[in-house]
Amino acid sequence: MEFKKPTSLLDVPTHYCPGCGHGIVQRLVGEVIDELGIREKTIGTAPVGCAVLLYDYFDCDIIECSHGRSPAVATGIKRVLPDRVVFTYQGDGDLAAIGTAETIHVANRGENITIIFVNNAIYGMTGGQMAPTTITGQRTTTTQEGRGQNQEGPPLKVCELLASLDGVTYLERVAVSTPKDIMRAKKAVKKAFQNQIDEKGFSLVEVLSMCPTDWKVSSTAAVDFVNNEMKEVFPLGVFKDEK
Amino acid sequence: MANIKFDKERCKGCCLCVAECPRGNIRMSEILNKTGSIYAEVIDEGDCNGCALCCQMCPDMAIEIEEDEKQTCCEKGSEK
Repeated sequence: MEFKKPTSLLDVPTHYCPGCGHGIVQRLVGEVIDELGIREKTIGTAPVGCAVLLYDYFDCDIIECSHGRSPAVATGIKRVLPDRVVFTYQGDGDLAAIGTAETIHVANRGENITIIFVNNAIYGMTGGQMAPTTITGQRTTTTQEGRGQNQEGPPLKVCELLASLDGVTYLERVAVSTPKDIMRAKKAVKKAFQNQIDEKGFSLVEVLSMCPTDWKVSSTAAVDFVNNEMKEVFPLGVFKDEK
Repeated sequence: MANIKFDKERCKGCCLCVAECPRGNIRMSEILNKTGSIYAEVIDEGDCNGCALCCQMCPDMAIEIEEDEKQTCCEKGSEK
């Protein structure tokens, strides 16, 4: 058995905190780009958030987008260059808060792009404020008594929300909190990219990820939080898979 | 035996590999690397069977397993 860093990622250390799931998700995307042999024709879009420096890590074209506008930019790229593989890499503050409109409309139009949505239930880069995906009762710097149902409302479930739209081809929620989940996540990411190559339409993979720094727990406790708390609120599985 | 390599300068000391190793064959160092972090290291290289669960879990791609040439020859031999 051999295990090497994917060649689609540059050989540089990342700026992410210890135990952050972003590094795992980026490795999976890099491995999928390698396996499909599409590095030369892949264009990614970087979000605003912890993954803002994505262009420093990927050895393919990456365009930096305004906060939440990655799906709109990706739409433009894909329409002008339909032979390229276009993906967006977004966090929950980017995709599910300020970019909700772009996300819903790009899904409804059924644009032939791939979205990798990293859900860590908090605003990471800005210091741990409540995100739309923060789970009920979770303490953040802006919900110090825990997120309440009445004041802040329940968490936004993006896969469930988009599943009702006709334009969506593939929706799956995965996690990167155990090796088994990571291997499943890779299959989902690969399918999302393959769908685009086969011109099947819009694919989104939501990845439940750890943020030990802003959850203010250890790396291993963050893994337990994903496994025990987040998976209860955000059940894993395929939400839509149009053949 | 697997040819496992830990890149101590990439390691940020999150300990996820330590928790994941089914043989309990990974420990954290007592000294710091250049970035000021403790780092993961294999306790007994001979006891590693190369399952790669630590590699899967590592967020910093600090663990690699190189192909064992001897094992590859044996596998090729058995295929024939």
